Formats: sequence, structure tokens, C-alpha cells
Amino acid sequence: MSAIYIARSREIAARNLGGEMMIMSPRNSTLCNLNGVGTLIWEAADGQTPLEEIVAGRVCAEFDVEPAQALKDAESFAWELAELGILLLSDQPIASVPPHSYG
Amino acid sequence: MTTLMQEMNQRALELGLPVSVHLDVTYRCNERCVHCYLDHDDYGEMTTTEICDVLDQLAEAGVFFLTLSGGEVLMRMDFFQILEHARSRLFCVTIKTNAFMIREREADRIHDLGVETVQVSIYSHRPEVHDAITKLPGSLKRSIAGIRLLRSRELKVTIANVLMRQNLNDYAGVRALARELGARFTIDPTITPKMDGERSILVLGIGGDDLRQVFRNPDLVGNVETFCAPPPAVDEDVLDELPCSAGHTACYISPYGDVFPCVQFPLPSGNVRKQKFLEIWRHSAQLNEVRSIRARDLPVCSTCSHVGSCTRCPGLAYMEGNMRGPSSQDCEKSFARTGIPSANMIARNSARAMSGLVQISGLRQ
Repeated sequence: MSAIYIARSREIAARNLGGEMMIMSPRNSTLCNLNGVGTLIWEAADGQTPLEEIVAGRVCAEFDVEPAQALKDAESFAWELAELGILLLSDQPIASVPPHSYG
Repeated sequence: MTTLMQEMNQRALELGLPVSVHLDVTYRCNERCVHCYLDHDDYGEMTTTEICDVLDQLAEAGVFFLTLSGGEVLMRMDFFQILEHARSRLFCVTIKTNAFMIREREADRIHDLGVETVQVSIYSHRPEVHDAITKLPGSLKRSIAGIRLLRSRELKVTIANVLMRQNLNDYAGVRALARELGARFTIDPTITPKMDGERSILVLGIGGDDLRQVFRNPDLVGNVETFCAPPPAVDEDVLDELPCSAGHTACYISPYGDVFPCVQFPLPSGNVRKQKFLEIWRHSAQLNEVRSIRARDLPVCSTCSHVGSCTRCPGLAYMEGNMRGPSSQDCEKSFARTGIPSANMIARNSARAMSGLVQISGLRQ
């Protein structure tokens, strides 16, 4: 299976409110609230690190989750955010990613 | 979405975060609207660098919703630099503009920078009425052209219709115009005193009978029976409620860096040219005083049957002389909706009735 790279879109509005990301989709103004795991994946979505590595190195290191299930959940999370235009997905590294968080 | 928005506001309130900030980048304007509360001279606006620094501070403070307004924002030659900086800090940006100066290039930039909503004030669908209010010939035509350019790029546009005596009969026409343009429509019968407290423009506001008629139009208020229902019973929870978001999760910054609880609440609370924004937000005595006020602390309003449903604006009350006092415009709205006079109206009428009972003349020598 080829690697999946994820990158934060430049089109969104986002803010970290007390440890949870609030993100507004540029497509339809849908407001999303990411929980702790989602926020961690979001912050690690630098376009350069494969999702599998983010899950193994960050998610599994900080949360008590089963690695295979965590990767499966992370992939569906990434696809869901990609459909809203919040994340970019590619099988190649993605350049030019905005900072993950202000506030 | 509404629920998540409410959750976000509740979370911001609990964390003491200013989730919404309204920043006026200039008071200069190409229009001279008869009801405008601003002085359009420039007394030393913040520079591009100063504004970008404030935007950085706002992002760090947790601000998510940013309204850039004026005056007319496009009177600033550096407006797109400011907007670009704001979007690079991932704010959800609303722009308020009269759209007069929006051409292809401006519409492209606003679209490309990912602005959430553009709000444009339209007073009438008839040029002779709209242009008489803005005192700028050709302004309706140009504003509509600007809106069309924005809409052709699928940007969200809201047409804001301020109701006053001059355009009272035109809201249906403006609403139809909004529909034709694919824009949202909002209506507001509030006329705000000038920032310096001068109140002469309030005579432009519509009176009780007209307000009553507006509030009974289902096209504007939805279910009239619900909208005009008598106020709910007052209980302890109602008396513990916060008046509004001003100073709690929202504030206003003027082009000169002055921080106020709200654009409609000109209580000077600090200046970002002298202090960091977060220092003002957290420690301003004025903002903390505003935050301390609950409905039960309002001497007149806490005794009023409307206290649980009134749209009382603490800023308008402040401009009447007391931030804990009633806001007469909102008393009139509550009365127009329900037919039940507010405690403030009853007290004023009693005082008026009693004033004729005794005549006191000074002693002449």
C-alpha cells in the first residue's frame, strides 16, 4: 500500500481553543471541532510525514490505541476532512503548508 | 452547525477567550450616510505594521471570527495587505464594505484570500432613496455591480438593510433585490448614537407603529406568534444571564487602537498602541466591570417582565448614560413586539404624569 501524505489547506479558518482545533471548511462553511487525537493528526499534517508515520510516532505514542485500528480510523478521518477541503491528500509529499496553529 | 457554534461560544466563555473581534481599519469613507455614527476624519490610524502586529496578537489570543470594517475598508491603500495577513493567520474573515470600489481585481483578491462573508449595506432598491441616504450619487448602481462581481465568484454576500424613516417602505424591495443577487438579507431598525455620544441622528429611527408593523411581517420575522409572544416568566436562571457577548467573548478595536467591549459600546478599555491586546483583554478594569454584570444587577431591567427576552444592548444603555440602565430603543422594540410596556417605559410615564401635579416657582425678590 502506498503512503498517504496529508497537509493542512490554506483555505480554511482555524484556531486552537484550549487544546481543541476549531476549523471552518472553505467549501461550505461547515464548522468542525477536532478532539485530542484529531488535533494531534491535524498539527502533524505537514505534507511531508506519511500518515502511517504520524499514527505510529505520534498517536500511538500519546494515546492508548491499537496501531492497526488507529491507522484505519486516521485514514477515514483524513478522507472526511479532505472531502470538506480542510486537508489535502496525496501519495506524494505536499509542499507549502501553513502553520498548524495560532492561539 | 448552530449547535457547534454555540458550543464554541460556550467554550470560549469558559476559557475567557475573545473568539470574535471587530476591527475597524479606518473611519474614512467615500459615502456620508445620514445615520452614520462615525467621524470620518483621520486622526492617526494604525499603520500597516501596527495592524499586522495586532492581528498576530489576536491570533495568539484565540480569536477565530474577525470582522474587518470601517468606514470603508477599501479607502485604505493597504487593505489587501491587511487582509492577506489576516488570512495567513487563519481567521474566519467577514468584510463589511459598501462595495462601491469593488471591481474585478478586488473581487478576485477577496475570493482568492478565502474571505468567509462580505456584508454590504443597501438601504433601498431605488437609487433616489439609497443615494439620498449615502449622499453619493450613483452609489446604489455601483454597490450592486460590486455585489454581482462577488457573487459571480461564489462569495457569500449578506445585504444589510438598516431601517429608518427615509427607507421604511423599501425593505421588501431590498429583500427581492437580495434574492435576485443570490445574497442573504438582514434587516435592522437600530440607529446608534454617534461615538461621541451625540444623539441627534436618533430622530431618523422608525417609531413604534412602524416597528410594530415590521415585527408582524412573517417574511421578516418568521412565525409572528412566536416572535411577538409575551415574555417568558422571570426566574433565577434568567436573572443570572449575561447581557450579551460584548467583553465576554467579543470586543471591538478602532482604527486608532482603542479597545471597546463592542462597536456599539464605546467604553474606553485600553489601547493596543500602549498595551498588549491580551493584557487589555484580561486585566482592563472596564472590561472586567462589564463582565461582572448579570441581569439581576440591572436596577430597572431586573424588575421588568421583558428581562428574559429583551434584546437590551448594554452599549446603547451606556450611551444613554448608564451601562446598567435600560436601553430605550430596546424597550420600544419589546413593547412593539408584545404590546406590553417595559418597566422603564412605565416609570417614565409615571414620572411624566406626576410632573404636572406640582408647580414650583422660584421666589422673586
